[in-house]
Amino acid sequence: MFRRRPEARPATQDRLVEVFVAGRPIRVPEGASAAAAVLLSGAPAIRTTPVGGAPRLPYCMIGICFDCLAEIDGVANRQSCLVPVAPGMRIEPQIGARVARADDTAPEAA
Amino acid sequence: MIYDLAIVGAGPAGMAAGIEAAALGLSVTVLDEQPAPGGQVFRAVEAASGDAALAGEFRDAGGALAAAFRAVRGIAYRPQTTLWHLDPEAGLLSVVSGGATAEIQARRILLATGAQERPVPIAGWTLPGVMSAGAAQILLKTAGAVPDGSVVIAGQGPLCWLLAVQLLRAGVERLTLLETGSGGAFRDALRAGGLWTGRKLLAKGLALMRETRARGLRVVRNVRDLRAEGDGRIRTVRWRQGSRDHALACDTLLLHEGVIPSTHITRALGLDHDWDARQLCWRPRLDRWGATSHANVAVAGDGGGIGGWEAAAAGGRLAAIDAAHRLGRFDAAVRETRAADASKARHAALALRPFLDRLYRPGPGVLAPADDTIVCRCEEITAGQVRDAARLGAAGPNQVKAYLRAGMGPCQGRMCGTVVAGLIAETRGTSMESVGALRPRAPFKPMTVGELANQRPDAIPELTA
Repeated sequence: MFRRRPEARPATQDRLVEVFVAGRPIRVPEGASAAAAVLLSGAPAIRTTPVGGAPRLPYCMIGICFDCLAEIDGVANRQSCLVPVAPGMRIEPQIGARVARADDTAPEAA
Repeated sequence: MIYDLAIVGAGPAGMAAGIEAAALGLSVTVLDEQPAPGGQVFRAVEAASGDAALAGEFRDAGGALAAAFRAVRGIAYRPQTTLWHLDPEAGLLSVVSGGATAEIQARRILLATGAQERPVPIAGWTLPGVMSAGAAQILLKTAGAVPDGSVVIAGQGPLCWLLAVQLLRAGVERLTLLETGSGGAFRDALRAGGLWTGRKLLAKGLALMRETRARGLRVVRNVRDLRAEGDGRIRTVRWRQGSRDHALACDTLLLHEGVIPSTHITRALGLDHDWDARQLCWRPRLDRWGATSHANVAVAGDGGGIGGWEAAAAGGRLAAIDAAHRLGRFDAAVRETRAADASKARHAALALRPFLDRLYRPGPGVLAPADDTIVCRCEEITAGQVRDAARLGAAGPNQVKAYLRAGMGPCQGRMCGTVVAGLIAETRGTSMESVGALRPRAPFKPMTVGELANQRPDAIPELTA
Protein backbone atom coordinates (compact mmCIF):
# COMPACT_ATOMS: atom_id res chain seq x y z
CA MET A 1 0.00 0.00 0.00
CA PHE A 2 1.12 3.54 -0.71
CA ARG A 3 0.60 6.71 1.25
CA ARG A 4 0.53 10.32 0.20
CA ARG A 5 3.08 12.81 1.55
CA PRO A 6 1.38 16.18 2.02
CA GLU A 7 4.87 17.75 2.18
CA ALA A 8 5.63 16.58 -1.38
CA ARG A 9 3.92 19.58 -2.91
CA PRO A 10 3.94 23.16 -1.61
CA ALA A 11 0.52 24.07 -0.21
CA THR A 12 -0.32 26.29 -3.17
CA GLN A 13 0.21 23.46 -5.63
CA ASP A 14 -1.27 20.68 -3.52
CA ARG A 15 -4.58 20.43 -5.31
CA LEU A 16 -6.51 17.26 -4.58
CA VAL A 17 -9.01 15.54 -6.81
CA GLU A 18 -11.77 13.30 -5.43
CA VAL A 19 -12.27 10.03 -7.30
CA PHE A 20 -14.02 6.77 -6.47
CA VAL A 21 -12.12 3.50 -6.28
CA ALA A 22 -14.53 0.56 -6.19
CA GLY A 23 -17.19 3.01 -5.03
CA ARG A 24 -15.19 4.51 -2.16
CA PRO A 25 -14.15 8.17 -2.33
CA ILE A 26 -10.47 9.05 -2.11
CA ARG A 27 -8.66 12.34 -2.61
CA VAL A 28 -5.45 12.15 -4.63
CA PRO A 29 -3.07 14.79 -6.01
CA GLU A 30 -3.95 16.42 -9.30
CA GLY A 31 -1.80 14.88 -12.04
CA ALA A 32 -1.75 11.44 -10.43
CA SER A 33 -2.99 8.52 -12.50
CA ALA A 34 -6.03 6.36 -11.86
CA ALA A 35 -3.58 3.54 -11.08
CA ALA A 36 -1.96 5.70 -8.40
CA ALA A 37 -5.42 6.33 -6.91
CA VAL A 38 -5.98 2.57 -6.67
CA LEU A 39 -2.61 2.04 -4.94
CA LEU A 40 -3.30 4.91 -2.52
CA SER A 41 -6.75 3.49 -1.75
CA GLY A 42 -5.26 0.26 -0.43
CA ALA A 43 -7.51 -1.83 -2.68
CA PRO A 44 -6.25 -5.44 -2.70
CA ALA A 45 -6.37 -5.71 -6.52
CA ILE A 46 -7.01 -3.55 -9.56
CA ARG A 47 -7.95 -6.53 -11.70
CA THR A 48 -8.22 -10.28 -11.75
CA THR A 49 -6.71 -12.18 -14.65
CA PRO A 50 -8.98 -13.65 -17.34
CA VAL A 51 -7.03 -16.94 -17.24
CA GLY A 52 -6.63 -17.89 -13.59
CA GLY A 53 -8.61 -15.23 -11.74
CA ALA A 54 -5.45 -14.11 -9.91
CA PRO A 55 -5.44 -10.67 -8.27
CA ARG A 56 -3.08 -8.05 -9.67
CA LEU A 57 -1.97 -4.54 -8.87
CA PRO A 58 -0.08 -2.19 -11.23
CA TYR A 59 3.47 -3.40 -11.94
CA CYS A 60 5.29 -0.93 -14.24
CA MET A 61 3.30 2.34 -14.09
CA ILE A 62 4.61 3.37 -17.55
CA GLY A 63 2.13 1.70 -19.87
CA ILE A 64 4.10 -1.45 -20.62
CA CYS A 65 2.77 -4.30 -18.45
CA PHE A 66 -1.02 -3.90 -18.73
CA ASP A 67 -1.46 -5.17 -15.19
CA CYS A 68 -3.25 -1.93 -14.25
CA LEU A 69 -6.27 -2.59 -16.45
CA ALA A 70 -9.41 -1.17 -14.88
CA GLU A 71 -12.89 -0.06 -15.79
CA ILE A 72 -12.78 3.73 -15.78
CA ASP A 73 -16.00 5.70 -16.08
CA GLY A 74 -17.67 2.67 -17.60
CA VAL A 75 -15.00 1.87 -20.20
CA ALA A 76 -13.44 -1.55 -19.61
CA ASN A 77 -9.78 -2.60 -19.95
CA ARG A 78 -8.21 0.84 -19.74
CA GLN A 79 -4.54 1.22 -18.83
CA SER A 80 -5.18 3.11 -15.63
CA CYS A 81 -1.53 4.21 -15.28
CA LEU A 82 -1.99 6.33 -18.43
CA VAL A 83 -5.24 8.00 -17.32
CA PRO A 84 -4.85 11.11 -15.15
CA VAL A 85 -7.48 11.46 -12.43
CA ALA A 86 -10.40 13.81 -13.00
CA PRO A 87 -13.01 14.97 -10.43
CA GLY A 88 -15.65 12.32 -9.86
CA MET A 89 -13.84 9.64 -11.90
CA ARG A 90 -15.10 6.13 -11.17
CA ILE A 91 -12.42 3.44 -11.15
CA GLU A 92 -13.65 -0.14 -10.86
CA PRO A 93 -11.51 -3.27 -10.87
CA GLN A 94 -11.37 -5.15 -14.16
CA ILE A 95 -12.70 -8.57 -13.20
CA GLY A 96 -11.41 -11.09 -15.71
CA ALA A 97 -12.13 -10.45 -19.37
CA ARG A 98 -14.36 -7.65 -20.54
CA VAL A 99 -17.98 -8.72 -20.83
CA ALA A 100 -20.01 -7.50 -23.78
CA ARG A 101 -23.21 -5.95 -22.50
CA ALA A 102 -26.48 -5.36 -24.26
CA ASP A 103 -26.49 -1.74 -23.13
CA ASP A 104 -22.94 -1.02 -24.35
CA THR A 105 -22.67 2.31 -26.04
CA ALA A 106 -19.71 4.16 -27.43
CA PRO A 107 -17.99 6.32 -24.81
CA GLU A 108 -18.50 10.05 -25.19
CA ALA A 109 -15.47 11.74 -26.67
CA ALA A 110 -13.70 13.87 -24.10
CA MET B 1 -0.28 20.31 -43.21
CA ILE B 2 2.76 18.10 -43.65
CA TYR B 3 5.33 18.51 -40.89
CA ASP B 4 9.03 18.30 -41.66
CA LEU B 5 9.57 16.21 -38.55
CA ALA B 6 7.22 14.24 -36.29
CA ILE B 7 8.75 13.23 -32.97
CA VAL B 8 7.17 10.45 -30.93
CA GLY B 9 7.90 10.89 -27.23
CA ALA B 10 8.61 13.96 -25.09
CA GLY B 11 11.40 12.62 -22.89
CA PRO B 12 14.94 14.05 -23.01
CA ALA B 13 15.56 12.84 -26.58
CA GLY B 14 12.21 14.04 -27.91
CA MET B 15 12.35 17.41 -26.14
CA ALA B 16 15.95 18.11 -27.22
CA ALA B 17 15.19 17.04 -30.78
CA GLY B 18 12.14 19.31 -30.87
CA ILE B 19 14.08 22.30 -29.60
CA GLU B 20 16.91 21.73 -32.10
CA ALA B 21 14.58 21.08 -35.04
CA ALA B 22 12.59 24.24 -34.37
CA ALA B 23 15.82 26.24 -34.12
CA LEU B 24 16.85 24.87 -37.52
CA GLY B 25 13.59 26.14 -39.00
CA LEU B 26 11.86 22.79 -39.40
CA SER B 27 8.14 22.52 -38.79
CA VAL B 28 7.86 20.00 -36.01
CA THR B 29 5.24 18.17 -33.97
CA VAL B 30 5.88 16.20 -30.78
CA LEU B 31 3.39 13.50 -29.76
CA ASP B 32 3.52 12.10 -26.26
CA GLU B 33 1.49 9.56 -24.33
CA GLN B 34 1.97 11.45 -21.06
CA PRO B 35 0.11 14.59 -19.98
CA ALA B 36 3.32 16.66 -19.51
CA PRO B 37 6.83 16.71 -20.98
CA GLY B 38 9.69 14.85 -19.28
CA GLY B 39 9.49 11.23 -20.34
CA GLN B 40 9.88 8.68 -17.54
CA VAL B 41 13.21 10.00 -16.23
CA PHE B 42 11.81 13.51 -15.78
CA ARG B 43 8.19 12.45 -15.38
CA ALA B 44 5.94 15.18 -13.96
CA VAL B 45 9.03 17.33 -13.37
CA GLU B 46 7.04 20.56 -13.56
CA ALA B 47 4.49 19.50 -10.94
CA ALA B 48 7.03 17.79 -8.64
CA SER B 49 9.57 20.60 -8.58
CA GLY B 50 8.78 21.43 -4.95
CA ASP B 51 9.41 17.91 -3.62
CA ALA B 52 12.62 17.86 -1.57
CA ALA B 53 12.87 14.07 -1.97
CA LEU B 54 13.44 14.62 -5.71
CA ALA B 55 16.03 17.39 -5.34
CA GLY B 56 19.08 17.12 -7.57
CA GLU B 57 19.37 16.27 -11.22
CA PHE B 58 15.67 15.47 -11.65
CA ARG B 59 14.57 18.87 -10.46
CA ASP B 60 17.44 20.95 -11.86
CA ALA B 61 18.38 19.42 -15.21
CA GLY B 62 14.96 17.93 -15.86
CA GLY B 63 13.15 21.10 -14.94
CA ALA B 64 15.43 23.19 -17.16
CA LEU B 65 14.95 20.93 -20.18
CA ALA B 66 11.15 20.86 -19.80
CA ALA B 67 11.09 24.65 -19.41
CA ALA B 68 13.25 25.10 -22.50
CA PHE B 69 10.94 22.79 -24.45
CA ARG B 70 7.83 24.69 -23.32
CA ALA B 71 9.46 28.00 -24.22
CA VAL B 72 10.09 27.14 -27.88
CA ARG B 73 7.51 28.66 -30.17
CA GLY B 74 6.61 26.68 -33.21
CA ILE B 75 6.51 23.14 -31.83
CA ALA B 76 3.08 21.54 -32.17
CA TYR B 77 3.14 19.62 -28.88
CA ARG B 78 0.44 17.00 -28.48
CA PRO B 79 0.32 15.49 -24.97
CA GLN B 80 -1.83 12.49 -24.04
CA THR B 81 -1.63 11.35 -27.63
CA THR B 82 -0.84 7.72 -28.39
CA LEU B 83 0.60 6.47 -31.66
CA TRP B 84 -1.29 3.34 -32.71
CA HIS B 85 -0.11 2.92 -36.30
CA LEU B 86 2.74 4.26 -38.38
CA ASP B 87 3.18 4.11 -42.14
CA PRO B 88 6.78 5.23 -42.66
CA GLU B 89 6.52 5.11 -46.46
CA ALA B 90 3.69 7.64 -46.52
CA GLY B 91 4.90 9.46 -43.40
CA LEU B 92 1.52 8.85 -41.84
CA LEU B 93 1.13 8.70 -38.06
CA SER B 94 -2.22 7.45 -36.76
CA VAL B 95 -2.90 8.66 -33.25
CA VAL B 96 -5.59 8.33 -30.61
CA SER B 97 -6.32 10.92 -27.95
CA GLY B 98 -9.29 11.72 -25.75
CA GLY B 99 -11.57 9.18 -27.40
CA ALA B 100 -10.87 10.39 -30.94
CA THR B 101 -8.43 9.44 -33.69
CA ALA B 102 -6.53 11.51 -36.22
CA GLU B 103 -3.75 11.23 -38.76
CA ILE B 104 -0.64 13.35 -38.84
CA GLN B 105 1.68 13.54 -41.82
CA ALA B 106 5.41 14.18 -41.71
CA ARG B 107 8.40 13.98 -44.05
CA ARG B 108 10.60 12.41 -41.42
CA ILE B 109 9.79 10.51 -38.23
CA LEU B 110 11.88 10.36 -35.07
CA LEU B 111 10.99 7.67 -32.56
CA ALA B 112 12.03 8.85 -29.11
CA THR B 113 9.97 6.28 -27.27
CA GLY B 114 12.58 5.45 -24.67
CA ALA B 115 13.17 2.45 -22.52
CA GLN B 116 11.34 0.10 -20.23
CA GLU B 117 12.59 -1.70 -17.17
CA ARG B 118 13.81 -5.19 -17.86
CA PRO B 119 11.14 -7.66 -16.74
CA VAL B 120 12.41 -9.62 -13.72
CA PRO B 121 10.64 -12.99 -13.80
CA ILE B 122 11.05 -14.48 -10.32
CA ALA B 123 8.71 -16.72 -8.36
CA GLY B 124 5.83 -14.61 -7.07
CA TRP B 125 6.46 -11.53 -9.20
CA THR B 126 2.80 -11.35 -10.19
CA LEU B 127 1.63 -10.97 -6.56
CA PRO B 128 0.05 -7.64 -5.62
CA GLY B 129 2.68 -5.64 -3.76
CA VAL B 130 5.46 -6.64 -6.19
CA MET B 131 6.25 -3.99 -8.75
CA SER B 132 9.18 -2.54 -10.61
CA ALA B 133 11.48 -0.05 -8.90
CA GLY B 134 10.69 2.47 -11.60
CA ALA B 135 6.99 2.15 -10.81
CA ALA B 136 7.59 3.29 -7.23
CA GLN B 137 9.63 6.20 -8.55
CA ILE B 138 6.78 7.19 -10.91
CA LEU B 139 4.41 7.20 -7.92
CA LEU B 140 6.80 9.48 -6.06
CA LYS B 141 7.12 11.84 -9.03
CA THR B 142 3.46 11.96 -10.05
CA ALA B 143 1.66 11.65 -6.70
CA GLY B 144 4.30 12.33 -4.05
CA ALA B 145 3.46 8.84 -2.79
CA VAL B 146 5.66 6.27 -1.04
CA PRO B 147 5.12 2.64 -0.05
CA ASP B 148 4.22 1.85 3.55
CA GLY B 149 5.61 -0.78 5.88
CA SER B 150 8.59 -3.00 5.04
CA VAL B 151 9.91 -1.99 1.63
CA VAL B 152 12.51 -4.01 -0.26
CA ILE B 153 14.37 -2.93 -3.40
CA ALA B 154 15.86 -6.02 -5.06
CA GLY B 155 18.14 -6.19 -8.06
CA GLN B 156 20.94 -4.07 -9.42
CA GLY B 157 21.69 -0.93 -11.36
CA PRO B 158 22.01 2.81 -10.73
CA LEU B 159 18.25 3.23 -10.31
CA CYS B 160 18.28 1.02 -7.17
CA TRP B 161 20.56 3.51 -5.42
CA LEU B 162 18.77 6.59 -6.72
CA LEU B 163 15.38 5.22 -5.69
CA ALA B 164 16.73 4.20 -2.26
CA VAL B 165 17.94 7.75 -1.65
CA GLN B 166 14.67 9.26 -2.82
CA LEU B 167 12.53 6.91 -0.69
CA LEU B 168 14.69 7.51 2.39
CA ARG B 169 14.46 11.27 1.88
CA ALA B 170 10.69 10.87 1.45
CA GLY B 171 10.38 9.27 4.87
CA VAL B 172 10.36 5.53 4.16
CA GLU B 173 11.70 4.05 7.40
CA ARG B 174 11.94 0.31 6.82
CA LEU B 175 13.91 0.03 3.58
CA THR B 176 16.24 -2.79 2.53
CA LEU B 177 18.32 -3.09 -0.65
CA LEU B 178 18.99 -6.65 -1.79
CA GLU B 179 21.70 -6.30 -4.41
CA THR B 180 21.97 -9.10 -6.94
CA GLY B 181 25.01 -9.61 -9.15
CA SER B 182 28.39 -11.02 -8.26
CA GLY B 183 31.48 -9.61 -6.56
CA GLY B 184 33.65 -10.29 -9.61
CA ALA B 185 31.72 -7.77 -11.69
CA PHE B 186 33.54 -4.81 -10.17
CA ARG B 187 37.01 -5.95 -11.23
CA ASP B 188 35.71 -6.73 -14.72
CA ALA B 189 34.07 -3.30 -14.86
CA LEU B 190 37.30 -1.50 -13.95
CA ARG B 191 38.91 -2.97 -17.06
CA ALA B 192 36.29 -1.24 -19.22
CA GLY B 193 37.89 2.15 -18.52
CA GLY B 194 36.12 5.44 -19.15
CA LEU B 195 36.28 6.38 -15.48
CA TRP B 196 38.09 9.68 -16.02
CA THR B 197 35.91 10.90 -18.90
CA GLY B 198 32.85 9.68 -17.04
CA ARG B 199 33.95 11.06 -13.69
CA LYS B 200 30.96 13.37 -13.29
CA LEU B 201 28.52 10.49 -13.54
CA LEU B 202 30.73 8.32 -11.37
CA ALA B 203 30.85 11.00 -8.68
CA LYS B 204 27.07 11.26 -8.81
CA GLY B 205 26.74 7.51 -8.23
CA LEU B 206 29.20 7.50 -5.37
CA ALA B 207 27.39 10.42 -3.73
CA LEU B 208 24.14 8.44 -3.88
CA MET B 209 25.80 5.44 -2.23
CA ARG B 210 27.26 7.68 0.49
CA GLU B 211 23.87 9.22 1.17
CA THR B 212 22.20 5.82 1.55
CA ARG B 213 24.89 4.91 4.10
CA ALA B 214 24.41 8.14 6.01
CA ARG B 215 20.67 7.57 6.09
CA GLY B 216 21.10 4.05 7.41
CA LEU B 217 19.99 1.92 4.44
CA ARG B 218 20.33 -1.80 5.06
CA VAL B 219 22.19 -3.32 2.11
CA VAL B 220 22.59 -7.06 1.46
CA ARG B 221 24.96 -7.98 -1.38
CA ASN B 222 25.46 -11.02 -3.63
CA VAL B 223 21.79 -11.93 -3.40
CA ARG B 224 20.43 -14.71 -5.62
CA ASP B 225 17.38 -16.98 -5.98
CA LEU B 226 14.93 -14.22 -5.08
CA ARG B 227 11.34 -15.32 -4.41
CA ALA B 228 8.22 -13.41 -3.42
CA GLU B 229 5.72 -15.33 -1.30
CA GLY B 230 2.27 -14.61 0.05
CA ASP B 231 -1.37 -15.48 -0.32
CA GLY B 232 -3.20 -12.84 -2.33
CA ARG B 233 -0.34 -10.36 -1.86
CA ILE B 234 3.34 -10.43 -0.99
CA ARG B 235 4.17 -11.15 2.66
CA THR B 236 7.73 -12.47 2.52
CA VAL B 237 10.76 -12.12 0.29
CA ARG B 238 13.26 -15.00 0.32
CA TRP B 239 16.77 -15.22 -1.12
CA ARG B 240 20.06 -17.09 -0.93
CA GLN B 241 23.37 -15.53 0.00
CA GLY B 242 26.37 -17.83 -0.12
CA SER B 243 25.07 -21.16 1.11
CA ARG B 244 22.39 -19.75 3.40
CA ASP B 245 18.69 -19.04 2.95
CA HIS B 246 17.24 -15.79 4.21
CA ALA B 247 13.72 -14.40 4.60
CA LEU B 248 12.31 -10.96 5.35
CA ALA B 249 8.75 -9.78 5.98
CA CYS B 250 7.87 -7.51 3.09
CA ASP B 251 4.91 -5.30 2.17
CA THR B 252 6.26 -3.90 -1.09
CA LEU B 253 8.95 -5.52 -3.24
CA LEU B 254 10.50 -3.33 -5.93
CA LEU B 255 12.37 -5.27 -8.62
CA HIS B 256 15.01 -3.83 -10.95
CA GLU B 257 17.59 -5.40 -13.26
CA GLY B 258 18.34 -2.38 -15.42
CA VAL B 259 16.50 -0.85 -18.34
CA ILE B 260 16.27 -2.00 -21.95
CA PRO B 261 15.16 -0.26 -25.16
CA SER B 262 11.44 -0.35 -25.87
CA THR B 263 11.41 -1.99 -29.29
CA HIS B 264 7.68 -2.52 -29.76
CA ILE B 265 7.27 0.08 -32.52
CA THR B 266 10.67 -0.42 -34.18
CA ARG B 267 9.91 -4.15 -34.36
CA ALA B 268 6.42 -3.56 -35.71
CA LEU B 269 7.99 -1.48 -38.50
CA GLY B 270 10.29 -4.38 -39.35
CA LEU B 271 13.46 -2.36 -38.79
CA ASP B 272 16.83 -4.12 -38.42
CA HIS B 273 17.82 -4.93 -34.83
CA ASP B 274 20.95 -6.32 -33.17
CA TRP B 275 21.20 -8.49 -30.07
CA ASP B 276 23.22 -6.89 -27.28
CA ALA B 277 24.83 -9.91 -25.62
CA ARG B 278 26.20 -7.91 -22.69
CA GLN B 279 22.96 -6.19 -21.75
CA LEU B 280 20.76 -9.08 -22.93
CA CYS B 281 18.42 -6.95 -25.02
CA TRP B 282 17.60 -6.05 -28.60
CA ARG B 283 18.38 -2.64 -30.01
CA PRO B 284 17.48 -1.14 -33.39
CA ARG B 285 20.49 -0.82 -35.72
CA LEU B 286 21.37 2.87 -35.97
CA ASP B 287 24.08 5.01 -37.51
CA ARG B 288 25.61 7.80 -35.46
CA TRP B 289 22.77 10.16 -36.42
CA GLY B 290 20.14 7.75 -35.20
CA ALA B 291 19.07 6.77 -38.72
CA THR B 292 17.46 3.30 -38.89
CA SER B 293 17.23 0.78 -41.71
CA HIS B 294 14.19 2.68 -43.03
CA ALA B 295 15.06 5.84 -44.99
CA ASN B 296 12.33 7.97 -43.32
CA VAL B 297 12.69 6.84 -39.71
CA ALA B 298 15.22 7.66 -37.00
CA VAL B 299 15.50 6.64 -33.36
CA ALA B 300 16.98 8.77 -30.57
CA GLY B 301 17.40 8.20 -26.86
CA ASP B 302 17.29 5.04 -24.80
CA GLY B 303 15.02 3.39 -27.35
CA GLY B 304 18.15 2.95 -29.45
CA GLY B 305 20.34 1.64 -26.62
CA ILE B 306 20.64 2.60 -22.98
CA GLY B 307 22.77 5.69 -22.42
CA GLY B 308 20.92 7.79 -19.86
CA TRP B 309 19.22 11.15 -20.24
CA GLU B 310 22.27 13.24 -21.24
CA ALA B 311 23.18 10.90 -24.08
CA ALA B 312 19.51 10.80 -25.07
CA ALA B 313 19.26 14.59 -25.26
CA ALA B 314 22.45 14.79 -27.32
CA GLY B 315 21.18 12.01 -29.58
CA GLY B 316 17.92 13.88 -30.06
CA ARG B 317 19.83 16.95 -31.22
CA LEU B 318 21.93 14.87 -33.63
CA ALA B 319 18.81 13.28 -35.12
CA ALA B 320 17.21 16.72 -35.59
CA ILE B 321 20.34 18.06 -37.32
CA ASP B 322 20.38 14.99 -39.57
CA ALA B 323 16.68 15.51 -40.36
CA ALA B 324 17.40 19.08 -41.50
CA HIS B 325 20.25 17.79 -43.68
CA ARG B 326 18.11 15.07 -45.24
CA LEU B 327 15.33 17.59 -45.91
CA GLY B 328 17.80 19.67 -47.91
CA ARG B 329 18.42 22.50 -45.44
CA PHE B 330 22.21 22.06 -45.56
CA ASP B 331 24.90 19.75 -46.90
CA ALA B 332 26.86 17.06 -45.07
CA ALA B 333 29.75 19.39 -44.22
CA VAL B 334 27.43 21.86 -42.47
CA ARG B 335 25.78 18.95 -40.69
CA GLU B 336 29.16 18.00 -39.22
CA THR B 337 29.85 21.55 -38.06
CA ARG B 338 26.45 21.94 -36.45
CA ALA B 339 26.72 18.56 -34.76
CA ALA B 340 30.07 19.20 -33.05
CA ASP B 341 28.62 20.20 -29.65
CA ALA B 342 26.05 17.43 -29.48
CA SER B 343 28.56 14.79 -30.62
CA LYS B 344 30.95 15.85 -27.88
CA ALA B 345 28.18 15.85 -25.28
CA ARG B 346 27.06 12.38 -26.27
CA HIS B 347 30.61 11.05 -26.20
CA ALA B 348 31.08 12.36 -22.66
CA ALA B 349 27.70 11.06 -21.51
CA LEU B 350 28.45 7.56 -22.83
CA ALA B 351 32.00 7.33 -21.45
CA LEU B 352 31.01 5.51 -18.28
CA ARG B 353 28.57 3.18 -20.04
CA PRO B 354 30.99 0.27 -20.64
CA PHE B 355 31.91 0.37 -16.95
CA LEU B 356 28.24 0.41 -15.88
CA ASP B 357 27.27 -2.27 -18.38
CA ARG B 358 29.87 -4.62 -16.91
CA LEU B 359 29.27 -3.69 -13.29
CA TYR B 360 25.54 -4.24 -13.64
CA ARG B 361 25.55 -6.99 -16.19
CA PRO B 362 22.26 -8.83 -15.76
CA GLY B 363 22.67 -12.39 -14.58
CA PRO B 364 21.73 -15.12 -17.07
CA GLY B 365 18.82 -15.95 -14.74
CA VAL B 366 16.75 -13.07 -16.13
CA LEU B 367 16.38 -15.01 -19.39
CA ALA B 368 16.23 -18.46 -17.75
CA PRO B 369 13.77 -18.48 -14.86
CA ALA B 370 12.85 -21.70 -13.05
CA ASP B 371 10.20 -23.92 -14.64
CA ASP B 372 7.41 -22.94 -12.22
CA THR B 373 7.93 -19.18 -12.71
CA ILE B 374 5.36 -17.25 -14.75
CA VAL B 375 7.04 -15.51 -17.70
CA CYS B 376 3.96 -14.31 -19.60
CA ARG B 377 2.04 -12.33 -17.00
CA CYS B 378 -0.96 -11.73 -19.27
CA GLU B 379 -1.66 -15.35 -20.22
CA GLU B 380 -0.01 -16.85 -17.10
CA ILE B 381 2.41 -19.09 -19.00
CA THR B 382 5.34 -20.54 -17.06
CA ALA B 383 8.96 -20.97 -18.11
CA GLY B 384 8.42 -24.74 -17.99
CA GLN B 385 5.59 -24.53 -20.53
CA VAL B 386 7.78 -22.48 -22.87
CA ARG B 387 10.64 -25.00 -22.53
CA ASP B 388 8.18 -27.83 -23.31
CA ALA B 389 6.97 -25.98 -26.42
CA ALA B 390 10.57 -25.45 -27.53
CA ARG B 391 11.26 -29.17 -27.10
CA LEU B 392 8.14 -29.94 -29.15
CA GLY B 393 9.60 -27.93 -32.00
CA ALA B 394 8.72 -24.26 -31.51
CA ALA B 395 11.77 -22.53 -32.95
CA GLY B 396 10.88 -18.92 -32.13
CA PRO B 397 8.64 -16.70 -29.99
CA ASN B 398 6.05 -16.29 -32.75
CA GLN B 399 5.56 -20.06 -32.77
CA VAL B 400 5.43 -20.26 -28.98
CA LYS B 401 2.74 -17.59 -29.17
CA ALA B 402 0.71 -19.89 -31.42
CA TYR B 403 1.35 -22.90 -29.17
CA LEU B 404 0.69 -21.28 -25.80
CA ARG B 405 -0.67 -17.74 -26.27
CA ALA B 406 2.48 -16.36 -24.60
CA GLY B 407 2.75 -12.82 -25.97
CA MET B 408 -0.86 -12.75 -27.15
CA GLY B 409 -2.32 -10.93 -24.15
CA PRO B 410 -2.85 -7.19 -23.77
CA CYS B 411 0.86 -6.33 -23.35
CA GLN B 412 1.55 -7.98 -26.72
CA GLY B 413 4.82 -9.49 -25.53
CA ARG B 414 6.39 -6.32 -24.15
CA MET B 415 6.99 -8.16 -20.87
CA CYS B 416 7.63 -11.75 -21.96
CA GLY B 417 8.95 -11.56 -25.53
CA THR B 418 12.68 -11.55 -24.82
CA VAL B 419 12.39 -14.03 -21.93
CA VAL B 420 10.42 -16.46 -24.10
CA ALA B 421 13.08 -16.15 -26.82
CA GLY B 422 15.82 -16.70 -24.22
CA LEU B 423 14.11 -19.88 -23.00
CA ILE B 424 13.83 -21.20 -26.55
CA ALA B 425 17.50 -20.41 -27.26
CA GLU B 426 18.54 -22.16 -24.03
CA THR B 427 16.36 -25.23 -24.63
CA ARG B 428 17.34 -25.66 -28.28
CA GLY B 429 20.96 -24.64 -27.82
CA THR B 430 20.77 -21.86 -30.39
CA SER B 431 21.50 -18.14 -30.45
CA MET B 432 19.09 -15.28 -29.78
CA GLU B 433 19.66 -14.11 -33.35
CA SER B 434 18.43 -17.40 -34.80
CA VAL B 435 15.47 -17.58 -32.40
CA GLY B 436 14.39 -14.06 -33.37
CA ALA B 437 11.81 -11.78 -31.80
CA LEU B 438 8.07 -11.31 -31.69
CA ARG B 439 6.66 -9.33 -34.57
CA PRO B 440 4.16 -6.89 -33.04
CA ARG B 441 1.46 -5.38 -35.20
CA ALA B 442 -0.74 -2.30 -35.08
CA PRO B 443 -2.60 -1.14 -33.12
CA PHE B 444 0.47 -0.57 -30.96
CA LYS B 445 -1.89 0.07 -28.04
CA PRO B 446 -5.43 -1.32 -27.68
CA MET B 447 -8.17 1.03 -28.76
CA THR B 448 -11.94 0.83 -28.91
CA VAL B 449 -13.96 0.55 -32.10
CA GLY B 450 -15.63 3.76 -30.95
CA GLU B 451 -12.30 5.58 -30.95
CA LEU B 452 -11.44 4.20 -34.38
CA ALA B 453 -14.78 5.36 -35.76
CA ASN B 454 -14.44 8.78 -34.15
CA GLN B 455 -12.10 10.47 -36.66
CA ARG B 456 -11.81 14.02 -35.37
CA PRO B 457 -8.52 15.75 -36.09
CA ASP B 458 -9.71 18.80 -34.12
CA ALA B 459 -10.06 16.70 -30.96
CA ILE B 460 -6.33 16.01 -30.70
CA PRO B 461 -4.86 18.48 -28.25
CA GLU B 462 -2.19 20.82 -29.51
CA LEU B 463 -0.67 23.15 -27.01
CA THR B 464 1.83 25.33 -28.84
CA ALA B 465 0.96 27.16 -32.01
